[in-house]
Amino acid sequence: MTLLPLIIIMLLTLGSAAVAMMLRNLIHSALLLILSWAGLAAFYLWAGAEFVAFAQVLVYVGAVSMVVLFAVLLTRRSRADLEVPPPALKRIFLAVFPSSLIAGLLIGAVMGAFPRDNSGPVPELTVKDVGFLLMGPHTASLLTVGVLLTVALLGAIVIASPEKPEDKP
Amino acid sequence: MSAALGTEPFLERAPLELRDWFVQLLTRWFHLPELLQWVLHNLISIVAILAVFGLFFAFTTIAERKLLGRLQNRLGPNRTGLPKFSRLLGGWHFKHKLFGLTQPFADAIKALTKEDIVPAGADKLLHFLAPVIVVAFSLMTFAVLPFGRHYIPVEMDAALLYFFAAGSATELAIFMAGWSSRNKYSLLSAMRALAQLISYELPLILSVVPVVLITGTLSTQQIVIAQGGLTLGFLPHWFVFTPWGFAGFIIFLVSALAESNRSPFDLPEAESELVAGHLTEYSGFKYALFFMAEYFGLTALSGLGITIFLGGWQAPYGFLEFIPSYLWFMGKLVLMIMFFIWIRGTLLRLRIDQLTRLSWKFLVPLALINLVNAAFWSLTADCSAPLQIARWAASIIVIVVPFFFMGRKLSAGFAPRTYRYAP
Repeated sequence: MTLLPLIIIMLLTLGSAAVAMMLRNLIHSALLLILSWAGLAAFYLWAGAEFVAFAQVLVYVGAVSMVVLFAVLLTRRSRADLEVPPPALKRIFLAVFPSSLIAGLLIGAVMGAFPRDNSGPVPELTVKDVGFLLMGPHTASLLTVGVLLTVALLGAIVIASPEKPEDKP
Repeated sequence: MSAALGTEPFLERAPLELRDWFVQLLTRWFHLPELLQWVLHNLISIVAILAVFGLFFAFTTIAERKLLGRLQNRLGPNRTGLPKFSRLLGGWHFKHKLFGLTQPFADAIKALTKEDIVPAGADKLLHFLAPVIVVAFSLMTFAVLPFGRHYIPVEMDAALLYFFAAGSATELAIFMAGWSSRNKYSLLSAMRALAQLISYELPLILSVVPVVLITGTLSTQQIVIAQGGLTLGFLPHWFVFTPWGFAGFIIFLVSALAESNRSPFDLPEAESELVAGHLTEYSGFKYALFFMAEYFGLTALSGLGITIFLGGWQAPYGFLEFIPSYLWFMGKLVLMIMFFIWIRGTLLRLRIDQLTRLSWKFLVPLALINLVNAAFWSLTADCSAPLQIARWAASIIVIVVPFFFMGRKLSAGFAPRTYRYAP
Protein backbone atom coordinates (compact mmCIF):
# COMPACT_ATOMS: atom_id res chain seq x y z
CA MET A 1 0.00 0.00 0.00
CA THR A 2 2.73 2.47 0.90
CA LEU A 3 4.90 1.16 -1.92
CA LEU A 4 2.47 2.14 -4.69
CA PRO A 5 3.05 5.91 -4.34
CA LEU A 6 6.81 5.28 -4.28
CA ILE A 7 6.61 3.35 -7.56
CA ILE A 8 4.55 6.11 -9.17
CA ILE A 9 6.98 8.78 -7.95
CA MET A 10 9.94 6.72 -9.13
CA LEU A 11 8.45 6.22 -12.59
CA LEU A 12 7.64 9.93 -12.83
CA THR A 13 11.10 11.06 -11.74
CA LEU A 14 13.19 8.60 -13.72
CA GLY A 15 10.85 8.65 -16.71
CA SER A 16 10.88 12.42 -17.08
CA ALA A 17 14.66 12.47 -16.62
CA ALA A 18 15.08 9.80 -19.30
CA VAL A 19 12.76 11.56 -21.75
CA ALA A 20 14.58 14.84 -21.05
CA MET A 21 17.77 13.16 -22.23
CA MET A 22 16.13 11.88 -25.44
CA LEU A 23 14.36 15.05 -26.60
CA ARG A 24 15.96 17.25 -29.25
CA ASN A 25 14.29 20.47 -28.06
CA LEU A 26 16.31 22.06 -25.25
CA ILE A 27 13.40 23.94 -23.66
CA HIS A 28 11.32 20.77 -23.50
CA SER A 29 14.28 18.96 -21.95
CA ALA A 30 14.69 21.70 -19.36
CA LEU A 31 10.99 21.62 -18.45
CA LEU A 32 11.08 17.83 -18.08
CA LEU A 33 14.18 18.13 -15.94
CA ILE A 34 12.20 20.47 -13.68
CA LEU A 35 9.43 17.87 -13.54
CA SER A 36 11.94 15.29 -12.40
CA TRP A 37 13.15 17.68 -9.67
CA ALA A 38 9.54 18.02 -8.57
CA GLY A 39 9.40 14.21 -8.51
CA LEU A 40 12.38 14.21 -6.15
CA ALA A 41 10.48 16.62 -3.91
CA ALA A 42 7.53 14.22 -3.96
CA PHE A 43 9.91 11.45 -2.92
CA TYR A 44 11.13 13.49 0.07
CA LEU A 45 7.51 14.12 0.98
CA TRP A 46 6.79 10.40 0.77
CA ALA A 47 9.79 9.74 3.01
CA GLY A 48 8.38 12.15 5.60
CA ALA A 49 10.96 14.93 5.14
CA GLU A 50 8.53 17.82 4.72
CA PHE A 51 11.11 20.55 5.18
CA VAL A 52 13.52 19.13 2.60
CA ALA A 53 10.68 18.54 0.13
CA PHE A 54 9.42 22.13 0.23
CA ALA A 55 12.96 23.49 0.20
CA GLN A 56 13.60 21.35 -2.88
CA VAL A 57 10.55 22.81 -4.63
CA LEU A 58 11.39 26.36 -3.56
CA VAL A 59 15.05 26.17 -4.61
CA TYR A 60 15.01 23.83 -7.62
CA VAL A 61 11.55 24.28 -9.15
CA GLY A 62 11.42 27.96 -8.23
CA ALA A 63 14.94 29.30 -8.64
CA VAL A 64 17.37 26.90 -10.34
CA SER A 65 14.79 26.21 -13.06
CA MET A 66 14.82 29.91 -13.91
CA VAL A 67 18.62 29.90 -14.16
CA VAL A 68 18.49 26.90 -16.51
CA LEU A 69 15.76 28.38 -18.71
CA PHE A 70 17.39 31.81 -18.87
CA ALA A 71 20.72 30.22 -19.72
CA VAL A 72 19.15 28.23 -22.58
CA LEU A 73 17.33 31.27 -23.95
CA LEU A 74 20.26 33.68 -23.65
CA THR A 75 22.84 31.39 -25.27
CA ARG A 76 20.74 30.37 -28.30
CA ARG A 77 20.23 32.80 -31.12
CA SER A 78 17.07 31.45 -32.72
CA ARG A 79 14.46 28.79 -32.29
CA ALA A 80 16.15 26.60 -34.89
CA ASP A 81 19.23 26.74 -32.69
CA LEU A 82 17.33 25.08 -29.86
CA GLU A 83 17.34 21.73 -31.66
CA VAL A 84 20.41 19.73 -30.69
CA PRO A 85 21.91 17.38 -33.29
CA PRO A 86 21.72 13.64 -32.53
CA PRO A 87 24.60 12.39 -30.39
CA ALA A 88 27.85 11.20 -31.91
CA LEU A 89 29.76 8.31 -30.35
CA LYS A 90 32.48 10.64 -29.05
CA ARG A 91 29.93 12.88 -27.33
CA ILE A 92 28.20 9.91 -25.73
CA PHE A 93 31.53 8.77 -24.32
CA LEU A 94 32.35 12.28 -23.12
CA ALA A 95 29.00 12.45 -21.37
CA VAL A 96 28.95 8.98 -19.86
CA PHE A 97 32.54 8.86 -18.58
CA PRO A 98 32.59 11.95 -16.30
CA SER A 99 29.01 11.47 -15.15
CA SER A 100 29.67 7.86 -14.11
CA LEU A 101 32.79 9.05 -12.27
CA ILE A 102 30.74 11.65 -10.37
CA ALA A 103 27.99 9.11 -9.71
CA GLY A 104 30.54 6.65 -8.29
CA LEU A 105 32.00 9.36 -6.08
CA LEU A 106 28.58 10.41 -4.79
CA ILE A 107 27.36 6.86 -4.17
CA GLY A 108 30.59 6.08 -2.33
CA ALA A 109 30.21 9.20 -0.16
CA VAL A 110 26.55 8.47 0.63
CA MET A 111 27.23 4.82 1.46
CA GLY A 112 30.14 5.82 3.68
CA ALA A 113 28.13 8.47 5.53
CA PHE A 114 25.49 6.09 6.89
CA PRO A 115 26.07 3.32 9.40
CA ARG A 116 25.64 -0.19 8.02
CA ASP A 117 23.18 -1.16 10.70
CA ASN A 118 20.12 1.11 10.51
CA SER A 119 17.66 -1.17 12.24
CA GLY A 120 17.28 1.23 15.19
CA PRO A 121 14.16 3.28 15.87
CA VAL A 122 13.31 5.90 13.24
CA PRO A 123 13.88 9.34 14.78
CA GLU A 124 10.86 11.66 14.82
CA LEU A 125 12.14 14.92 13.37
CA THR A 126 9.99 18.02 13.17
CA VAL A 127 10.93 21.12 11.19
CA LYS A 128 11.83 22.77 14.49
CA ASP A 129 14.32 20.01 15.31
CA VAL A 130 15.90 20.33 11.88
CA GLY A 131 16.25 24.07 12.48
CA PHE A 132 17.88 23.60 15.87
CA LEU A 133 20.23 20.96 14.45
CA LEU A 134 21.25 23.28 11.62
CA MET A 135 21.81 26.21 13.96
CA GLY A 136 23.45 24.13 16.68
CA PRO A 137 25.90 21.33 15.77
CA HIS A 138 25.97 22.07 12.03
CA THR A 139 26.50 25.85 12.12
CA ALA A 140 29.98 25.60 10.63
CA SER A 141 28.88 23.66 7.56
CA LEU A 142 25.88 25.96 7.07
CA LEU A 143 28.14 29.01 7.17
CA THR A 144 30.61 27.38 4.79
CA VAL A 145 27.85 26.71 2.27
CA GLY A 146 26.65 30.30 2.67
CA VAL A 147 30.13 31.70 2.01
CA LEU A 148 30.54 29.37 -0.98
CA LEU A 149 27.27 30.55 -2.51
CA THR A 150 28.17 34.20 -1.90
CA VAL A 151 31.53 33.70 -3.63
CA ALA A 152 29.76 32.03 -6.56
CA LEU A 153 27.33 34.95 -6.77
CA LEU A 154 30.18 37.49 -6.73
CA GLY A 155 31.98 35.49 -9.43
CA ALA A 156 28.85 35.53 -11.58
CA ILE A 157 28.56 39.30 -11.18
CA VAL A 158 32.24 39.78 -12.07
CA ILE A 159 31.84 37.60 -15.20
CA ALA A 160 28.62 39.31 -16.24
CA SER A 161 29.70 42.91 -15.62
CA PRO A 162 30.74 44.80 -18.78
CA GLU A 163 34.45 45.42 -19.22
CA LYS A 164 34.20 48.21 -21.75
CA PRO A 165 32.78 51.57 -20.73
CA GLU A 166 30.64 51.73 -23.89
CA ASP A 167 27.74 50.11 -22.05
CA LYS A 168 27.33 53.16 -19.86
CA PRO A 169 24.30 55.30 -20.62
CA MET B 1 -13.99 16.26 14.66
CA SER B 2 -11.87 16.99 17.74
CA ALA B 3 -13.09 17.09 21.32
CA ALA B 4 -12.52 20.85 21.56
CA LEU B 5 -15.19 21.38 18.95
CA GLY B 6 -18.03 20.30 21.21
CA THR B 7 -17.67 23.28 23.54
CA GLU B 8 -17.72 25.85 20.74
CA PRO B 9 -20.79 28.02 20.07
CA PHE B 10 -23.17 26.73 17.43
CA LEU B 11 -22.24 29.18 14.68
CA GLU B 12 -18.55 28.36 15.05
CA ARG B 13 -19.02 24.65 14.46
CA ALA B 14 -22.06 24.72 12.13
CA PRO B 15 -20.21 24.18 8.81
CA LEU B 16 -18.15 21.33 10.24
CA GLU B 17 -21.23 19.66 11.75
CA LEU B 18 -22.95 19.95 8.39
CA ARG B 19 -20.01 18.24 6.68
CA ASP B 20 -19.85 15.43 9.23
CA TRP B 21 -23.62 14.95 9.03
CA PHE B 22 -23.44 14.70 5.23
CA VAL B 23 -20.59 12.16 5.34
CA GLN B 24 -22.46 10.07 7.91
CA LEU B 25 -25.64 10.21 5.86
CA LEU B 26 -23.89 8.94 2.73
CA THR B 27 -22.07 6.31 4.78
CA ARG B 28 -25.36 5.00 6.10
CA TRP B 29 -26.97 4.96 2.66
CA PHE B 30 -24.16 3.41 0.64
CA HIS B 31 -22.13 1.60 3.35
CA LEU B 32 -18.95 3.43 2.38
CA PRO B 33 -15.63 1.87 3.41
CA GLU B 34 -13.20 3.82 5.61
CA LEU B 35 -11.08 5.04 2.72
CA LEU B 36 -14.02 6.44 0.74
CA GLN B 37 -15.27 8.22 3.84
CA TRP B 38 -11.92 9.91 4.19
CA VAL B 39 -11.93 10.86 0.50
CA LEU B 40 -15.46 12.25 0.78
CA HIS B 41 -14.55 14.14 3.94
CA ASN B 42 -11.68 15.92 2.19
CA LEU B 43 -13.55 16.32 -1.06
CA ILE B 44 -16.21 18.35 0.73
CA SER B 45 -13.52 20.68 2.12
CA ILE B 46 -12.01 21.10 -1.34
CA VAL B 47 -15.38 21.79 -2.96
CA ALA B 48 -16.19 24.28 -0.20
CA ILE B 49 -12.93 26.15 -0.82
CA LEU B 50 -13.47 26.10 -4.58
CA ALA B 51 -17.04 27.35 -4.25
CA VAL B 52 -16.31 30.04 -1.66
CA PHE B 53 -13.21 31.41 -3.36
CA GLY B 54 -14.65 30.99 -6.85
CA LEU B 55 -17.57 33.18 -5.85
CA PHE B 56 -15.21 35.46 -3.96
CA PHE B 57 -13.20 35.86 -7.18
CA ALA B 58 -16.36 36.63 -9.16
CA PHE B 59 -17.47 39.29 -6.73
CA THR B 60 -13.95 40.71 -6.39
CA THR B 61 -13.98 41.48 -10.12
CA ILE B 62 -17.32 43.28 -9.92
CA ALA B 63 -16.29 45.09 -6.73
CA GLU B 64 -13.06 46.15 -8.38
CA ARG B 65 -14.85 47.47 -11.46
CA LYS B 66 -17.47 49.33 -9.47
CA LEU B 67 -15.01 50.74 -6.95
CA LEU B 68 -12.54 51.80 -9.65
CA GLY B 69 -15.45 53.41 -11.45
CA ARG B 70 -16.35 55.42 -8.36
CA LEU B 71 -12.71 56.40 -7.82
CA GLN B 72 -12.61 57.68 -11.40
CA ASN B 73 -15.91 59.52 -11.01
CA ARG B 74 -18.03 57.18 -13.14
CA LEU B 75 -20.62 54.56 -12.30
CA GLY B 76 -19.05 51.26 -13.24
CA PRO B 77 -21.08 48.29 -14.52
CA ASN B 78 -24.65 48.52 -13.23
CA ARG B 79 -26.80 47.16 -16.06
CA THR B 80 -26.54 43.38 -15.91
CA GLY B 81 -29.64 42.12 -14.17
CA LEU B 82 -31.23 38.70 -14.06
CA PRO B 83 -32.15 37.13 -17.37
CA LYS B 84 -35.82 37.45 -18.27
CA PHE B 85 -37.61 34.81 -16.26
CA SER B 86 -40.96 36.41 -17.06
CA ARG B 87 -42.06 33.45 -19.14
CA LEU B 88 -41.47 31.09 -16.23
CA LEU B 89 -43.10 33.32 -13.65
CA GLY B 90 -46.27 33.79 -15.66
CA GLY B 91 -45.92 37.31 -16.95
CA TRP B 92 -44.49 38.86 -13.78
CA HIS B 93 -41.12 40.37 -14.57
CA PHE B 94 -38.48 41.25 -12.02
CA LYS B 95 -37.49 44.77 -13.00
CA HIS B 96 -34.60 45.54 -10.65
CA LYS B 97 -31.09 45.30 -12.14
CA LEU B 98 -29.53 44.12 -8.82
CA PHE B 99 -26.90 46.92 -9.12
CA GLY B 100 -25.24 44.93 -11.93
CA LEU B 101 -24.17 42.22 -9.49
CA THR B 102 -24.61 39.43 -12.04
CA GLN B 103 -21.96 40.98 -14.31
CA PRO B 104 -19.25 38.38 -13.43
CA PHE B 105 -21.51 35.53 -14.58
CA ALA B 106 -22.11 37.30 -17.87
CA ASP B 107 -18.33 37.73 -18.17
CA ALA B 108 -17.80 34.04 -17.49
CA ILE B 109 -20.26 33.03 -20.21
CA LYS B 110 -18.57 35.43 -22.61
CA ALA B 111 -15.10 34.00 -21.83
CA LEU B 112 -16.35 30.42 -22.20
CA THR B 113 -18.03 30.97 -25.55
CA LYS B 114 -15.27 33.08 -27.08
CA GLU B 115 -13.09 31.48 -29.74
CA ASP B 116 -9.90 29.99 -28.36
CA ILE B 117 -7.15 31.10 -30.76
CA VAL B 118 -3.83 29.25 -30.70
CA PRO B 119 -1.09 30.68 -32.94
CA ALA B 120 -0.05 28.39 -35.81
CA GLY B 121 3.59 28.36 -34.72
CA ALA B 122 2.85 27.89 -31.04
CA ASP B 123 4.02 25.00 -28.94
CA LYS B 124 0.48 23.63 -28.55
CA LEU B 125 1.03 21.48 -25.48
CA LEU B 126 2.89 24.10 -23.42
CA HIS B 127 0.47 26.78 -24.61
CA PHE B 128 -2.33 24.68 -23.14
CA LEU B 129 -0.48 23.63 -19.98
CA ALA B 130 0.56 27.13 -18.85
CA PRO B 131 -2.90 28.38 -17.74
CA VAL B 132 -3.69 25.01 -16.17
CA ILE B 133 -0.52 25.04 -14.07
CA VAL B 134 -0.93 28.64 -13.00
CA VAL B 135 -4.48 28.06 -11.74
CA ALA B 136 -3.68 24.72 -10.09
CA PHE B 137 -0.75 26.05 -8.11
CA SER B 138 -2.43 29.28 -7.09
CA LEU B 139 -5.31 27.19 -5.72
CA MET B 140 -2.89 24.91 -3.86
CA THR B 141 -1.72 27.82 -1.72
CA PHE B 142 -5.16 27.97 -0.08
CA ALA B 143 -4.52 24.58 1.54
CA VAL B 144 -2.50 25.97 4.44
CA LEU B 145 -4.46 29.14 5.24
CA PRO B 146 -6.33 28.94 8.55
CA PHE B 147 -9.76 30.31 7.70
CA GLY B 148 -11.06 29.84 11.21
CA ARG B 149 -10.38 28.31 14.58
CA HIS B 150 -11.06 24.80 13.26
CA TYR B 151 -10.95 25.54 9.56
CA ILE B 152 -7.58 24.74 8.06
CA PRO B 153 -7.62 22.32 5.12
CA VAL B 154 -4.17 20.81 5.75
CA GLU B 155 -2.34 21.32 9.01
CA MET B 156 1.39 20.85 8.64
CA ASP B 157 4.63 21.77 10.32
CA ALA B 158 6.18 23.59 7.39
CA ALA B 159 3.06 25.38 6.19
CA LEU B 160 4.76 28.71 5.38
CA LEU B 161 7.43 26.98 3.35
CA TYR B 162 4.71 25.06 1.51
CA PHE B 163 2.90 28.30 0.71
CA PHE B 164 5.96 29.85 -0.94
CA ALA B 165 6.93 26.60 -2.66
CA ALA B 166 3.49 26.29 -4.27
CA GLY B 167 3.61 29.95 -5.26
CA SER B 168 6.98 29.61 -6.98
CA ALA B 169 5.52 27.37 -9.69
CA THR B 170 3.62 30.30 -11.19
CA GLU B 171 6.92 31.69 -12.46
CA LEU B 172 7.37 28.54 -14.47
CA ALA B 173 3.88 28.90 -15.93
CA ILE B 174 4.60 32.48 -16.98
CA PHE B 175 7.74 31.37 -18.73
CA MET B 176 5.83 28.58 -20.48
CA ALA B 177 3.12 31.02 -21.57
CA GLY B 178 5.65 33.48 -22.96
CA TRP B 179 7.84 30.95 -24.70
CA SER B 180 5.16 28.70 -26.17
CA SER B 181 3.27 31.60 -27.79
CA ARG B 182 6.08 32.00 -30.34
CA ASN B 183 5.77 35.74 -30.24
CA LYS B 184 8.75 37.90 -29.37
CA TYR B 185 6.63 40.37 -27.41
CA SER B 186 5.25 37.53 -25.33
CA LEU B 187 8.72 36.16 -24.65
CA LEU B 188 10.20 39.55 -23.81
CA SER B 189 7.41 40.41 -21.43
CA ALA B 190 7.54 36.97 -19.85
CA MET B 191 11.19 37.72 -19.09
CA ARG B 192 10.20 41.09 -17.68
CA ALA B 193 7.50 39.48 -15.56
CA LEU B 194 10.00 36.88 -14.28
CA ALA B 195 12.52 39.58 -13.39
CA GLN B 196 9.81 41.30 -11.38
CA LEU B 197 8.59 38.14 -9.64
CA ILE B 198 12.11 37.02 -8.72
CA SER B 199 13.03 40.49 -7.42
CA TYR B 200 10.01 40.74 -5.18
CA GLU B 201 10.01 37.18 -3.89
CA LEU B 202 13.03 38.03 -1.76
CA PRO B 203 11.49 40.93 0.25
CA LEU B 204 8.23 38.97 0.46
CA ILE B 205 9.89 36.01 2.16
CA LEU B 206 12.23 38.21 4.21
CA SER B 207 9.26 40.17 5.57
CA VAL B 208 7.72 36.92 6.83
CA VAL B 209 10.90 35.61 8.49
CA PRO B 210 10.70 37.95 11.57
CA VAL B 211 7.33 36.43 12.46
CA VAL B 212 8.84 32.94 12.28
CA LEU B 213 11.68 34.20 14.47
CA ILE B 214 9.29 35.54 17.12
CA THR B 215 6.79 32.65 17.17
CA GLY B 216 9.37 29.92 16.57
CA THR B 217 7.11 27.98 14.21
CA LEU B 218 6.37 27.67 10.50
CA SER B 219 2.81 26.48 11.08
CA THR B 220 0.23 29.09 10.08
CA GLN B 221 -2.27 27.94 12.70
CA GLN B 222 0.33 28.27 15.50
CA ILE B 223 1.23 31.77 14.26
CA VAL B 224 -2.42 32.83 14.52
CA ILE B 225 -2.76 31.30 17.99
CA ALA B 226 0.34 33.23 19.08
CA GLN B 227 -1.50 36.46 18.23
CA GLY B 228 -4.30 36.01 20.77
CA GLY B 229 -4.82 38.32 23.77
CA LEU B 230 -3.85 41.93 24.37
CA THR B 231 -0.56 43.82 24.65
CA LEU B 232 -0.27 46.69 27.14
CA GLY B 233 -3.88 46.03 28.09
CA PHE B 234 -5.57 47.71 25.13
CA LEU B 235 -3.85 46.71 21.85
CA PRO B 236 -4.75 43.36 20.29
CA HIS B 237 -1.63 41.20 20.30
CA TRP B 238 -1.44 41.25 16.50
CA PHE B 239 2.03 41.51 15.05
CA VAL B 240 1.09 44.55 12.99
CA PHE B 241 0.90 46.50 16.27
CA THR B 242 4.60 46.10 17.00
CA PRO B 243 7.33 48.24 15.38
CA TRP B 244 8.93 45.33 13.51
CA GLY B 245 5.54 43.88 12.62
CA PHE B 246 4.31 47.16 11.18
CA ALA B 247 7.43 47.55 9.06
CA GLY B 248 7.20 43.91 8.00
CA PHE B 249 3.54 44.34 7.09
CA ILE B 250 4.28 47.34 4.86
CA ILE B 251 7.13 45.47 3.12
CA PHE B 252 4.83 42.48 2.76
CA LEU B 253 2.06 44.62 1.25
CA VAL B 254 4.35 46.21 -1.34
CA SER B 255 5.88 42.86 -2.31
CA ALA B 256 2.47 41.18 -2.41
CA LEU B 257 1.26 43.88 -4.80
CA ALA B 258 4.24 43.19 -7.05
CA GLU B 259 3.97 39.40 -6.76
CA SER B 260 0.33 39.41 -7.82
CA ASN B 261 0.96 41.83 -10.72
CA ARG B 262 -1.24 44.51 -9.22
CA SER B 263 -1.03 48.18 -9.97
CA PRO B 264 1.31 50.08 -9.45
CA PHE B 265 3.46 47.04 -10.35
CA ASP B 266 1.29 45.67 -13.17
CA LEU B 267 4.02 45.76 -15.81
CA PRO B 268 3.60 42.08 -16.80
CA GLU B 269 0.20 42.87 -18.17
CA ALA B 270 -0.07 46.62 -18.71
CA GLU B 271 -2.69 46.45 -21.43
CA SER B 272 -2.67 50.17 -22.20
CA GLU B 273 1.04 50.53 -22.96
CA LEU B 274 2.95 47.23 -23.06
CA VAL B 275 0.55 45.04 -25.07
CA ALA B 276 -0.82 42.28 -22.86
CA GLY B 277 2.54 40.90 -21.80
CA HIS B 278 2.91 37.14 -21.79
CA LEU B 279 -0.85 36.86 -22.36
CA THR B 280 -0.73 38.51 -25.78
CA GLU B 281 -1.48 35.27 -27.62
CA TYR B 282 -4.13 34.05 -25.20
CA SER B 283 -7.84 34.51 -25.69
CA GLY B 284 -11.12 33.15 -24.47
CA PHE B 285 -11.14 30.86 -21.50
CA LYS B 286 -7.37 30.40 -21.25
CA TYR B 287 -7.05 34.15 -20.77
CA ALA B 288 -9.80 33.97 -18.17
CA LEU B 289 -7.85 31.25 -16.35
CA PHE B 290 -4.79 33.51 -16.10
CA PHE B 291 -7.02 36.29 -14.90
CA MET B 292 -8.54 33.95 -12.31
CA ALA B 293 -5.11 32.77 -11.13
CA GLU B 294 -4.06 36.38 -10.66
CA TYR B 295 -7.00 37.03 -8.36
CA PHE B 296 -6.53 33.73 -6.54
CA GLY B 297 -2.91 34.68 -5.98
CA LEU B 298 -3.93 38.07 -4.66
CA THR B 299 -6.53 36.52 -2.35
CA ALA B 300 -4.09 33.90 -1.08
CA LEU B 301 -1.38 36.49 -0.41
CA SER B 302 -3.91 38.73 1.36
CA GLY B 303 -4.95 35.71 3.42
CA LEU B 304 -1.33 35.04 4.32
CA GLY B 305 -0.84 38.69 5.27
CA ILE B 306 -3.90 38.49 7.53
CA THR B 307 -2.70 35.23 9.05
CA ILE B 308 0.77 36.52 9.77
CA PHE B 309 0.32 40.17 10.70
CA LEU B 310 -3.36 40.90 11.25
CA GLY B 311 -4.20 38.19 13.76
CA GLY B 312 -5.78 35.73 11.31
CA TRP B 313 -9.20 34.62 12.50
CA GLN B 314 -8.74 36.20 15.96
CA ALA B 315 -11.25 38.84 17.00
CA PRO B 316 -9.53 42.02 18.21
CA TYR B 317 -11.24 41.93 21.63
CA GLY B 318 -12.66 39.09 23.66
CA PHE B 319 -16.24 40.43 23.76
CA LEU B 320 -16.38 40.34 19.94
CA GLU B 321 -15.85 36.60 19.83
CA PHE B 322 -19.56 35.92 19.41
CA ILE B 323 -18.94 36.51 15.70
CA PRO B 324 -17.57 33.22 14.35
CA SER B 325 -13.86 33.12 13.56
CA TYR B 326 -14.29 32.39 9.85
CA LEU B 327 -16.37 35.57 9.47
CA TRP B 328 -13.55 37.56 11.06
CA PHE B 329 -11.14 36.09 8.53
CA MET B 330 -13.42 36.80 5.58
CA GLY B 331 -14.11 40.34 6.84
CA LYS B 332 -10.41 41.11 7.07
CA LEU B 333 -9.93 39.55 3.63
CA VAL B 334 -12.59 41.80 2.10
CA LEU B 335 -10.95 44.85 3.70
CA MET B 336 -7.53 43.84 2.35
CA ILE B 337 -8.91 43.40 -1.18
CA MET B 338 -10.68 46.77 -0.95
CA PHE B 339 -7.39 48.31 0.12
CA PHE B 340 -5.63 46.80 -2.90
CA ILE B 341 -8.34 48.16 -5.22
CA TRP B 342 -8.00 51.58 -3.61
CA ILE B 343 -4.24 51.49 -4.27
CA ARG B 344 -4.89 50.53 -7.89
CA GLY B 345 -7.16 53.53 -8.28
CA THR B 346 -4.65 55.90 -6.68
CA LEU B 347 -1.05 55.15 -7.61
CA LEU B 348 0.70 55.43 -10.97
CA ARG B 349 2.45 52.56 -12.69
CA LEU B 350 6.22 52.26 -12.18
CA ARG B 351 8.81 51.81 -14.89
CA ILE B 352 10.74 48.51 -14.93
CA ASP B 353 14.02 50.07 -13.70
CA GLN B 354 12.25 51.94 -10.90
CA LEU B 355 10.51 48.71 -10.00
CA THR B 356 13.63 46.60 -9.63
CA ARG B 357 15.49 49.46 -7.90
CA LEU B 358 12.74 49.72 -5.31
CA SER B 359 13.09 46.04 -4.53
CA TRP B 360 16.86 45.58 -4.44
CA LYS B 361 17.96 48.96 -3.08
CA PHE B 362 15.15 49.63 -0.64
CA LEU B 363 12.89 46.74 0.34
CA VAL B 364 15.53 44.01 0.66
CA PRO B 365 17.91 46.02 2.92
CA LEU B 366 14.95 47.29 4.94
CA ALA B 367 13.65 43.74 5.39
CA LEU B 368 17.10 42.61 6.57
CA ILE B 369 17.26 45.47 9.09
CA ASN B 370 13.77 44.51 10.20
CA LEU B 371 14.97 40.96 10.81
CA VAL B 372 17.66 42.28 13.18
CA ASN B 373 14.97 44.43 14.79
CA ALA B 374 12.81 41.37 15.40
CA ALA B 375 15.78 39.52 16.89
CA PHE B 376 16.28 42.44 19.31
CA TRP B 377 12.55 42.35 20.12
CA SER B 378 12.59 38.66 20.96
CA LEU B 379 15.76 38.97 23.08
CA THR B 380 14.22 41.75 25.21
CA ALA B 381 10.85 40.02 25.55
CA ASP B 382 10.75 39.77 29.36
CA CYS B 383 12.07 43.09 30.58
CA SER B 384 10.33 45.18 33.24
CA ALA B 385 7.56 47.70 32.59
CA PRO B 386 9.64 50.93 32.47
CA LEU B 387 12.16 49.24 30.19
CA GLN B 388 9.30 48.30 27.86
CA ILE B 389 9.03 51.97 26.81
CA ALA B 390 12.73 52.02 25.95
CA ARG B 391 12.28 48.75 24.07
CA TRP B 392 9.47 50.18 21.95
CA ALA B 393 11.39 53.39 21.30
CA ALA B 394 14.58 51.55 20.32
CA SER B 395 12.69 49.23 18.02
CA ILE B 396 10.92 52.13 16.31
CA ILE B 397 14.19 54.04 15.87
CA VAL B 398 15.98 50.99 14.43
CA ILE B 399 13.48 50.75 11.59
CA VAL B 400 12.39 54.38 11.03
CA VAL B 401 15.87 55.93 10.73
CA PRO B 402 17.05 53.58 7.93
CA PHE B 403 13.67 54.05 6.25
CA PHE B 404 14.14 57.80 5.94
CA PHE B 405 17.84 57.53 5.16
CA MET B 406 17.38 54.99 2.37
CA GLY B 407 14.24 56.63 1.08
CA ARG B 408 16.13 59.91 0.71
CA LYS B 409 18.91 58.10 -1.14
CA LEU B 410 16.46 56.23 -3.39
CA SER B 411 14.69 59.35 -4.53
CA ALA B 412 17.85 61.49 -4.83
CA GLY B 413 17.79 63.18 -8.23
CA PHE B 414 14.21 62.09 -8.85
CA ALA B 415 12.19 63.98 -6.30
CA PRO B 416 10.60 66.42 -5.81
CA ARG B 417 9.26 66.10 -9.31
CA THR B 418 9.09 69.26 -11.38
CA TYR B 419 6.41 69.73 -13.98
CA ARG B 420 7.86 71.89 -16.71
CA TYR B 421 4.94 71.93 -19.10
CA ALA B 422 1.95 71.48 -16.84
CA PRO B 423 0.74 74.40 -14.75
